[in-house]
Amino acid sequence: MDLYSILREFADSWMLLALTLFFAGVFAWAWRPGSRPLHDDAARAIFRDHLGDTPEGRQ
Amino acid sequence: MEYLRPVIFGLVALFAAIAANWGHDLAYSVHAFLVMVIAAGMLVWSVGRIGEPAPVHDEAQYLDGPIRYGVIATAFWGIAGFLVGTFIAFQLAFPELNFDWSEGYANFGRLRPLHTSAVIFAFGGNALIATSFYVVQRTSGARLWGGNAAWFVFWGYQLFIVLAATGYLLGATQSKEYAEPEWYVDLWLTAVWLVYLAVYLGTLIKRRERHIYVANWFFLAFIVTVAMLHVVNNISIPVSILGSKSVQVFAGVQDAMVQWWYGHNAVGFFLTAGFLGMMYYFVPKQAGRPVYSYKLSIIHFWALIFLYIWAGPHHLHYTALPDWAATLGMVFSVMLWMPSWGGMINGLMTLEGAWDKIRTDPIIRMFVASLAFYGMSTFEGPMMSIRAVNSLSHYTDWTIGHVHSGALGWNGLITFGCLYFLTPKLWGRERMHSMAAINWHFWLATIGIVLYAASMWVTGIMEGLMWREVDANGFLVNSFADTVAAKFPMYVVRGLGGVLYLSGALLMAWNVWMTIRAPQARPVQDLVPAE
Repeated sequence: MDLYSILREFADSWMLLALTLFFAGVFAWAWRPGSRPLHDDAARAIFRDHLGDTPEGRQ
Repeated sequence: MEYLRPVIFGLVALFAAIAANWGHDLAYSVHAFLVMVIAAGMLVWSVGRIGEPAPVHDEAQYLDGPIRYGVIATAFWGIAGFLVGTFIAFQLAFPELNFDWSEGYANFGRLRPLHTSAVIFAFGGNALIATSFYVVQRTSGARLWGGNAAWFVFWGYQLFIVLAATGYLLGATQSKEYAEPEWYVDLWLTAVWLVYLAVYLGTLIKRRERHIYVANWFFLAFIVTVAMLHVVNNISIPVSILGSKSVQVFAGVQDAMVQWWYGHNAVGFFLTAGFLGMMYYFVPKQAGRPVYSYKLSIIHFWALIFLYIWAGPHHLHYTALPDWAATLGMVFSVMLWMPSWGGMINGLMTLEGAWDKIRTDPIIRMFVASLAFYGMSTFEGPMMSIRAVNSLSHYTDWTIGHVHSGALGWNGLITFGCLYFLTPKLWGRERMHSMAAINWHFWLATIGIVLYAASMWVTGIMEGLMWREVDANGFLVNSFADTVAAKFPMYVVRGLGGVLYLSGALLMAWNVWMTIRAPQARPVQDLVPAE
């Protein structure tokens, strides 16, 4: 088989499967049990600068 | 090192002088001359620096200098780009504005790429670089990595803009939409961009915050993908090392496919992912509330980058591109509607419980209008990518209207909001000089966009219908010139929309200037969120 056909067959089978599984995995990972406190904390991280607008102000 | 630096600048100036003398075309010689002047200036500067102490990088402070310069550059290039855009809008309405004395330099064909590159890469690019440097430092709790590398990114990017813009006027173009700059400008941008990536990644690696905030994911996707797109779409071989002309390596339909893979992902990653990075930091920050759903932001990110990269072929319906490829692009464009609206909802719902701020805070109103335009243009885009709709809309002004509702509405308004947020913070002022002027800017910009988009819808659909109209015998009814004549009133309305949008930006420039030079300086301190 020529290179195009080999790549095309790979793209239409294993690569498609891998990408689809990764995509579904991202949804499952975001909704995994116990992630809510972590996400709430991450969402509030941008407000942790009340000690001043410097790297130390973020403690 | 401090003795080596003048030697390097001297050699660069020497080679640039030789290149300017031996250059095969005007654009190349002018660019070489420009590089020579800059290198000579840097030579004088570096000689003056000998014996001076090296600049100190205090890890306990953020590096905000390049961001301040970036804010000013964003406002400057924005006005330059809007001005050229308004002028070429009137050139289309009144062809006499293609003056005889400026033919070959400032006619529509030369100015149009100047306008698109100025607003996308100069205005948008400077806004992205400035805000990404601001956000990555604040969300990582770390100073920018790499010492003066961030300064190199800023000045290197300005040089890219100047080389690109002057090249267009002098006729150096590789004729690829949104990728017009010739080979040596592309190489320079690649170098600047890799340093940008290094500064960004270096800052993330030395962060103090354990989690990488979602805005950084979007900025990083923007930087990495633009690097990939830029390199692949600009693979070309120069005809001569002493000339600006180059030849593309891809040919025919492959070249078209690579070009629109680049072109659409320039929209997807430059104008969408990067600006979503701004949205995820500045909208919650200005509203004083965390983003509506952090889970949704993660899903939004992965869905957006997974789907956008496939949407390019919808630019090539009814061409030599195989049907399956065009259909793939169309299907992915329609699917893209979901993550786009997921992101819009996430941004808008961040205001849940604080909707009154739309009434009281003109900066929030700008962000909300920006997200509304994002939602509208990301609904319109998938619709226009459907083959049947595209057969009506393609090559008409509907496309131009669509692009501008996204660019003026989403990119423009969110950038203005960010500049109004950043200016007082970066210069240690309590707030912008005039809140009333922000309000005026909001209305001028919004009415300008409405005039622009509405006139382009009308003229675009009219044009599409006129082109396909046939009489009882199957002959076309209208000539091309008939559609041009029929479009005249809409072109004038479009130009007026541009005038309003430009006036709003001028008001912003005045407001930013007055804020910076306000006499009462206060120590830089973020306001405590009211919760």
